[in-house]
Amino acid sequence: MLTLYARRRLINILSLGISILAMGFGLFWLGWILFTLLFHGLPGLSLQVFTQITPPPGSTGGLINAIAGSLMMTALGTLIGTPIGILAGTYLAEFGQRGWIAPITRFINDVLLSAPSIVIGLFVYEVYVIRTKHFSGWAGAFALAILVIPIVIRTTENMLRLVPNSLREAAAALGAPQWKVITLVTLRAARAGILTGVLLAVARISGETAPLLFTALNNQFWSSNMNQPMANLPVVIFQFAMSPYADWKQLAWAGAMLITFSVLTLNILARVFFRQQSSTH
Amino acid sequence: MLPQEINNPKLLVNNLNFYYGNDRALKDINLSIPEKMVTAFIGPSGCGKSTLLRTFNRMYELYPKQRATGEILLDGKNLLEKRQDLNSLRAKIGMVFQKPTPFPMSIYDNITFGVKLYENLNQHEMSERVEWALQKAALWNEVKDKLKQSGTGLSGGQQQRLCIARAIAVKPEVLLLDEPTSALDPISTAHIERLVDELKKEFTIVIVTHNMQQAARISDYTAYMYLGELIEFGDTSAVFTNPKRKETEDYITGRFG
Repeated sequence: MLTLYARRRLINILSLGISILAMGFGLFWLGWILFTLLFHGLPGLSLQVFTQITPPPGSTGGLINAIAGSLMMTALGTLIGTPIGILAGTYLAEFGQRGWIAPITRFINDVLLSAPSIVIGLFVYEVYVIRTKHFSGWAGAFALAILVIPIVIRTTENMLRLVPNSLREAAAALGAPQWKVITLVTLRAARAGILTGVLLAVARISGETAPLLFTALNNQFWSSNMNQPMANLPVVIFQFAMSPYADWKQLAWAGAMLITFSVLTLNILARVFFRQQSSTH
Repeated sequence: MLPQEINNPKLLVNNLNFYYGNDRALKDINLSIPEKMVTAFIGPSGCGKSTLLRTFNRMYELYPKQRATGEILLDGKNLLEKRQDLNSLRAKIGMVFQKPTPFPMSIYDNITFGVKLYENLNQHEMSERVEWALQKAALWNEVKDKLKQSGTGLSGGQQQRLCIARAIAVKPEVLLLDEPTSALDPISTAHIERLVDELKKEFTIVIVTHNMQQAARISDYTAYMYLGELIEFGDTSAVFTNPKRKETEDYITGRFG
């Protein structure tokens, strides 16, 4: 005979236990992944990785061309995608109550957000690579930008919606036109959240392989020309890991570790940053 | 008291109706707000007092499906007309809200935000204006050494006085206060009530309040509203000591609402 209270306590303990188990399950795999990466990657990490370009099989080399290429394309993709994403997200949050454009845009954006990234790569291949007749860093950056846009749109809209209407009213009550209310007050109030969204988008695209396979391809040599095929970490990892050569495999592990830990660092930074900003308000 | 008995109306409301979609929230309101006096709107929740206040600066226009019909004359000109510019109207009719709403910027920038929109002041004049507004809002002594700090770091009562300072810094003619003390402690409330008394020398003040003692303490005229209708309007002491309508008396004596 359980009393109502005892039953509630039991259910409480049970659900807490299940939640902890689920969390442990997730953490276990994450821990294993990180451990494997460190185990195989650390021995391959040396100064050479950051100073030499990708080697032919059988000789020594590093990943500097792939690191540089990834950094350039990620930076460019973010630079192109962020303003578009912020502007569109602002439109959805601040002007989206009336009319039919906003709901349709929001729907398409949700589709884009969950679109497989290989589709994005194929799209850019079709409209850009085929027309210019060669793979290029630009094509890679465009593909990454298309991945950035929906993420930034979503976070910008969500963060702006968190800004209380009373703040908009207060600014409007002083006689401020809407564009000033948005740029000086609401975007400013939401900036920590929006920046976090951008950081998360960067983290997301820095590990993408599929869209780059069809756009930037890869480059065995040092390449800083955006109009040429460009080396990048994900594709180098893909190529080297599939190869039969031990030294290539070693480099692939080192590269995989580099990407994973940079993404992890970016995510942690984003969280720390967001927490600090929200606590000062 | 009939509207025409007030000989110096700053705002004159004629046959005002207000709709949220199809719901009629204000019913044929006729009222006049005397210049450089404090007029209080009282009544139970949902009676339309805040709605009425928000028609004066057309705040409702931020939201679709809200509309007002009738006339509100500001110095004889109908401010509900389509061609009335909203931003310049709101520069003339300032508003302070129930919850303090400091902008996410420094105290100084909070004050200059509105001023910059309509005036081109040099740095010296601007600093003077900021000090003037903060003095008027009885906040200067507390913040004069931290003008560069964020306005969101102040206490609730200070934030509300910052909002009042921000509203008067643009030198409006009318100041609308929408339950400005309902989120504040008694000491901050007393501060703001003293402030209202001070401010009425220069501004026409309309205040919505849930607190009848507050209305009795600080207002010159009182309007009692119920279910979207203006039940009684008149001299505050008359409304509180000798109400003409039974409904007003019931509300004021606490038998209802």
